[in-house]
Amino acid sequence: MRTVRIGAGQGFYGDSLLPAIDVAKYGNVKYISFDTLAELTLAILEKGKKKDPTQGYAKDVIPMMRNLLPICAERGIKLITNAGGINPPGAAKAVAQVARELGLKGLKIACVTGDDIYDRLDELAAQGVAFRDKETGQELGDVRERVHFASVYLGARPIADALDQGADVVITGRTTDTAQFLGPLIHEFGWGPTEWNKLAQGILLGHLMECSGQVSGGNFQVGWEEIPALERIGYPVSEVSEDGSFILTKPEGTGGAVTLNTVKEQFLYEIHDPTAYLTPDVIVDLTTTTLEEVGENQVKVSGTVGRPAPPTLKALLGYADGWMGEGYISFSWPKAYSKAKRAAEIVLKRLEMQGVAPEETRLEYIGINSLWGAMAPEPVDEDTINEVRLRIAIRTQKKQDCEVLAREFPPLLLSGPPTASAVAGTPAPRELMGLWSTLIPRELIEPHTRVLVEEV
Amino acid sequence: MTRKVRLLDICHARSGDKSDTSDISLFANDPAAWEIIRRHVTRELVATYFRPVATGPVERWEVSNVQALKFLVHGALGGGAPRSLRSDNLGKTFAAALLRLEIDVEE
Repeated sequence: MRTVRIGAGQGFYGDSLLPAIDVAKYGNVKYISFDTLAELTLAILEKGKKKDPTQGYAKDVIPMMRNLLPICAERGIKLITNAGGINPPGAAKAVAQVARELGLKGLKIACVTGDDIYDRLDELAAQGVAFRDKETGQELGDVRERVHFASVYLGARPIADALDQGADVVITGRTTDTAQFLGPLIHEFGWGPTEWNKLAQGILLGHLMECSGQVSGGNFQVGWEEIPALERIGYPVSEVSEDGSFILTKPEGTGGAVTLNTVKEQFLYEIHDPTAYLTPDVIVDLTTTTLEEVGENQVKVSGTVGRPAPPTLKALLGYADGWMGEGYISFSWPKAYSKAKRAAEIVLKRLEMQGVAPEETRLEYIGINSLWGAMAPEPVDEDTINEVRLRIAIRTQKKQDCEVLAREFPPLLLSGPPTASAVAGTPAPRELMGLWSTLIPRELIEPHTRVLVEEV
Repeated sequence: MTRKVRLLDICHARSGDKSDTSDISLFANDPAAWEIIRRHVTRELVATYFRPVATGPVERWEVSNVQALKFLVHGALGGGAPRSLRSDNLGKTFAAALLRLEIDVEE
């Protein structure tokens, strides 16, 4: 049976640039796929685009391509990425510039658009789309005025189209994480739009690989001490058969580990209902999959059942929702925790004295409960605590409230409990964004999808 | 007779996010552990456990092909990562928190 090898190069915007080089050099792959977009990422990119309209894409695509294009052009490895964020043409232009700087002639760069519906919201509303929130059922209402970005999750078909047209690099906006991987497989094996089980295997492959090191030993909850050489972690590589079954592994000579347990943790990661993992390409039933460890750093994945793709696509809208102000200050033994609590009282009182009434206030004591909040057990013996760092965060609609909060931290050094220390204690106010997930009939979206291939 | 079993000693786990929902997977280390967790780690127990930090309901699925339980804890992330005031805005530590849960198991 015919097989193809595909590798993962990136799990999010900001991931390390190094492991993708190992995948290109030692993975023996024909394709490398990059997932750069988490829900949070679009919000980050939107802020960048607001400052500079040529931005709005994941900027690390530039150093990534600078590293990889010379290796990949020589070996004929194709690169697929959703780094376009909310500006795929901007990303495509930046990558073309890198190719020119490297002197690469004849490189074909594809740009996929049609996912960004920010400019179509009113048109879609006129066509009867209510943008009801998937979780709460609420209509968009007055949130509409505060929407900053609106992107629909597209599937793998436009990526496969781009590769069919001879693209060496495919750049998209909000195509799904998994589409980066299924797209090349559809192109390679010619899987039809109703070959649900093969598509389900391809989506599962993408799901297992999209978070880069999280399947090969990263963020491994129990047994992390035994994972070798995380500094040189091998990002996943799969050898895929035409029937959709595949063996997940990693490049020779790299660190990390691919075991049944590392694969299992990623298998169910963020998938919600395991019987119905919804994607634009197929609905995947993960309860039907067989995982087998077939060799060192080799896990075979097979048997996944797929069901017909849903009639709707998911859209994610981000809307402005006030500001976060923050302050940090540290205290030492003795009674570090008590001092930090006293300092918090002082700051909150000072806010009150100046008429600041935040919508939400969060107190965290770093070293005690900053990650678990109210679920963290209280310390039994305060005398064993050497230091505690207080964090106060507020949400407010008024940016100036954040500045009032920040203003009240430095005075604690002279006028608060003893031993206060406040390195980098008051970050700038940060604009907060609410997320709104909704479903839109696919026939209102997919006819607007465009694939443009340009040669450098 | 019952004994206390801490989930950390018989399971591994991972958590992630979608908007304001924490998505947690709990994996049994072996078939005996699978029998224990599918019987004892109920939706109600997990809902009670996370109540101090979650405003919404909890959903639960059994995934027997990988001997795992899947939990969704709604309203747990301060409105979702880009709106959250939480240091752990993505709920990456919810898996660890679940592993600290102690359950009563009959001898």
